[in-house]
Amino acid sequence: MCDSCGCDHGPGGVTIALPGGRPAAVAEDHQHGKTLRVEQEVLGKNNHLAARNREWFRAHNILALNLVSSPGSGKTTILEQTIRRLSGAIPVAVIEGDQQTLLDAERIDATGVPVVQVNTGAGCHLDAGMVHRALHALTPPDHSLLLIENVGNLVCPAMFDLGEAAKAVIISVTEGEDKPLKYPAMFAAARLCLINKIDLLPHLDFSVERCLEYARRANPDLTFFILSARTGDGMDGWLTWLHDAVRPAA
Amino acid sequence: MHEMSLAQSIMELVTAEAEAAGARRVNRIELEVGTLAGVMVDSLRFCLEAAGRETVAAGAELAIHEIAAIGRCPVCGAMESMAGLIASCPRCGQYLVLENGRELRVVSITVDE
Repeated sequence: MCDSCGCDHGPGGVTIALPGGRPAAVAEDHQHGKTLRVEQEVLGKNNHLAARNREWFRAHNILALNLVSSPGSGKTTILEQTIRRLSGAIPVAVIEGDQQTLLDAERIDATGVPVVQVNTGAGCHLDAGMVHRALHALTPPDHSLLLIENVGNLVCPAMFDLGEAAKAVIISVTEGEDKPLKYPAMFAAARLCLINKIDLLPHLDFSVERCLEYARRANPDLTFFILSARTGDGMDGWLTWLHDAVRPAA
Repeated sequence: MHEMSLAQSIMELVTAEAEAAGARRVNRIELEVGTLAGVMVDSLRFCLEAAGRETVAAGAELAIHEIAAIGRCPVCGAMESMAGLIASCPRCGQYLVLENGRELRVVSITVDE
């Protein structure tokens, strides 16, 4: 008899049968040995590191936002224009996430605010450990706004908490108004939703109203900003929200 | 393809548990994955096999239990199965609030003593 589970897989000559001589069903995949209860969340380590980041942000009065979108929605242009229009009223620091290149960090560097680039290689998202290491290199000032531009991807970054105060999901009007229905997990995880490139609306069939309705199906609590980072149209509402959300030095 | 980084996290958990128990080999890994956890089970299997190579868990049997997604209607309280994150109550038409289906957990490992 097996010591750990009590089943019978003893030496040759032993058979297992049911009354009437029918052979008993014995699970083919039964593995012997000792079973250890683990009961651990796979994302537990990331969530633990994210909680540490969040506590650090709280202690330093830093508002951290995690910007997520498909590639090409205009995240970096929104960052550039946000930084230029805030013009030093709130200190800003930026963490850029891309699989490769320093291109986005160079664009942000040109605005004059501190920035570090995280290259994830094959990785499709930032995780809390990467942000922790980036913070060591960046050391954002107290009472500031930290903008984290995630890898362009509407799927994977939804699962990974970085310790941010909120995720801001960005959709551009060239992508089609049904994006929130196709990728609901990201819209459900976000608190803010920016609809960008509205200067192109006259050339498209995109209905802002339908897009809002689809996004609310995924998350009725979303706060929306409808804007064009290129022309500046609608940027005031976003900047006002940031001013109100970053608490000044006491 | 976040399944690869999830597979690596799972293997980190599994090898740490095996090491703590002084086990030489992991024969079986038991997982729970919700159907709306954002994980493709076939892809996760493939990645776990790759991530487990040259570890104590190389070649371990993968027992993956899928947990059906269930949502609660905020109006009538009915519990209904959900095929996607956006689903409405068949009676009230209200959007269901997900209760189960986002699990992603290592339940147990079976090791050589």
